[in-house]
Amino acid sequence: MSKPLLEVEDLWVRFPSKRRVVEAVRGISFSVGRERVGIVGESGSGKSMTGRAILRLIREPGEVEAKKIHFDGQDLQGLSEKQMRDVRGHKISLVMQDPKFSLNPVMKVGDQIAEAYRVHTNASKAEAKKRSIEMLNAVQIRNPERVYDSYPHEVSGGMGQRIMIAMMLIPEPDLLIADEPTSALDVTVQMRVLQIMDKLVKERGMGLIFISHDLNLVASFCDRVIIMYGGRIVETCRADELQNAKHPYTRGLLNALPDIHKPKDQLSVLERDPKWIEDPSVDAYS
Amino acid sequence: MPTLNKPNGSNLNNESKSKIALQIENLNVHFGEGHDRFQAVKDVSISVAEGGSFGLVGESGSGKSTVLRAVSGLVTDWDGVIDVDGEHISKKREMSYCRTIQMVFQDPYASLHPRHSIDRTLSEPLRLHKFDNIDDRVNQALIDVGLGASFRFRYPHQLSGGQRQRVAIARALMLEPVILLLDEPTSALDVSVQAEILNLLSDIRKKRKLTYILVTHDLAVVAHMCDEIAVMSHGEIVEVMDVDTMRHSTPKHEYTRELLQASEGYQPEA
Repeated sequence: MSKPLLEVEDLWVRFPSKRRVVEAVRGISFSVGRERVGIVGESGSGKSMTGRAILRLIREPGEVEAKKIHFDGQDLQGLSEKQMRDVRGHKISLVMQDPKFSLNPVMKVGDQIAEAYRVHTNASKAEAKKRSIEMLNAVQIRNPERVYDSYPHEVSGGMGQRIMIAMMLIPEPDLLIADEPTSALDVTVQMRVLQIMDKLVKERGMGLIFISHDLNLVASFCDRVIIMYGGRIVETCRADELQNAKHPYTRGLLNALPDIHKPKDQLSVLERDPKWIEDPSVDAYS
Repeated sequence: MPTLNKPNGSNLNNESKSKIALQIENLNVHFGEGHDRFQAVKDVSISVAEGGSFGLVGESGSGKSTVLRAVSGLVTDWDGVIDVDGEHISKKREMSYCRTIQMVFQDPYASLHPRHSIDRTLSEPLRLHKFDNIDDRVNQALIDVGLGASFRFRYPHQLSGGQRQRVAIARALMLEPVILLLDEPTSALDVSVQAEILNLLSDIRKKRKLTYILVTHDLAVVAHMCDEIAVMSHGEIVEVMDVDTMRHSTPKHEYTRELLQASEGYQPEA
């Protein structure tokens, strides 16, 4: 793999409160090339915070600290808020989990997509509309003209998520951070959304950070997997080798999944070892 | 149609098969009025043997949850026949009916009253149904779902998602029902917590000889929990099969095959 697109070294995310400091991410290092990297972990493992910290989307009183956050050779930490706005969307995009909360409810879907395009290019209104409709088509929305003029409440959850993806992809980012982009979708729609993202990675050489709790999905979709627990990386491996993962936490998660082909009376329950929290974070460079 | 004659397969033994706990015939459910009238469930018929475990799968909007809501009485605009324990269910539910059927909902964050303590949540149905020994019953229920009596005076915000779902299961079991309707009971939970809840549900079913109707979109979960599975699409049941048929990937209907394929993980475009 050539020079990585994104390099993160010793990233910490902290939320100080009156009594103590909650450490959501505790000193993780990883890099992402033009590939599909999956970050898996349970709720509270810090996987979403990692994605947000890269784009500097952690709100006060949260604090982000890192030795290095480099994107395409550029130091993201050194950028002003104004320069950062140019990075968000244009170079690095973020798709969030729930379309219900990420779309503006009082603005037509099409206008929101066109706005995303016009902010980052000097395109005319007509051109932006044309591109938006093309993009809606690309995410396999039937009847894109009708959807263009709809409000978010008029579209289904699956369609909302595809609209979000269209909006995030229209400025043609180099890196897409997808935070549980398909968890709210039906399996059949999920497959289509993944195919769209897959195509972009292969054809445009986009980098993808795919944040998910679904081990099977990540194993079959990504190139590389990072497994997080308690704000640290406990293990990293190639996605097709996830079934042979060694860390007891990863093993525990895999065993806790029911399997269609291997029926068992009882599912094995994950026994958590307090040592996992203390163990140093594993570096996950490509 | 959906009552399958199976020469082999199914884990149900013959004794329990003889008695039907829940029979639904030609159930139709409508929403809305006039122009907006929409048929969410079309001609659905299923029958579940006593002690059996029946799974309903399908995409969102396929009407699977609506079937459960019609059975539990949360949806009123339905026609057809619903028999529970051999008796017709009328639109107006008797108090005693609530004791035979209880439901567990998908979202443990939304299904518990945020300002009622666990004690109040669990004892309310007992008071309404004039049970005795409320104290002991609440304590026992908490122990049965693996929480312990110390949780009794806590509030939902002090519990994790998995613990809340245990409370929701305890609440459903308070009135000692025969049939438990489970509407995506684990889809909001992490896999490790899902395993705990599914184990708990299987244990309870064995111990109390309950009948389960489980609605989910996760085929691995139905395969683990159920003996018989109905696949729904656009309000209709397109296929009923036993779990072995599903495991061997020999379903007849195209939509079922698509679902199965999708559950195997990501496949690049052909």
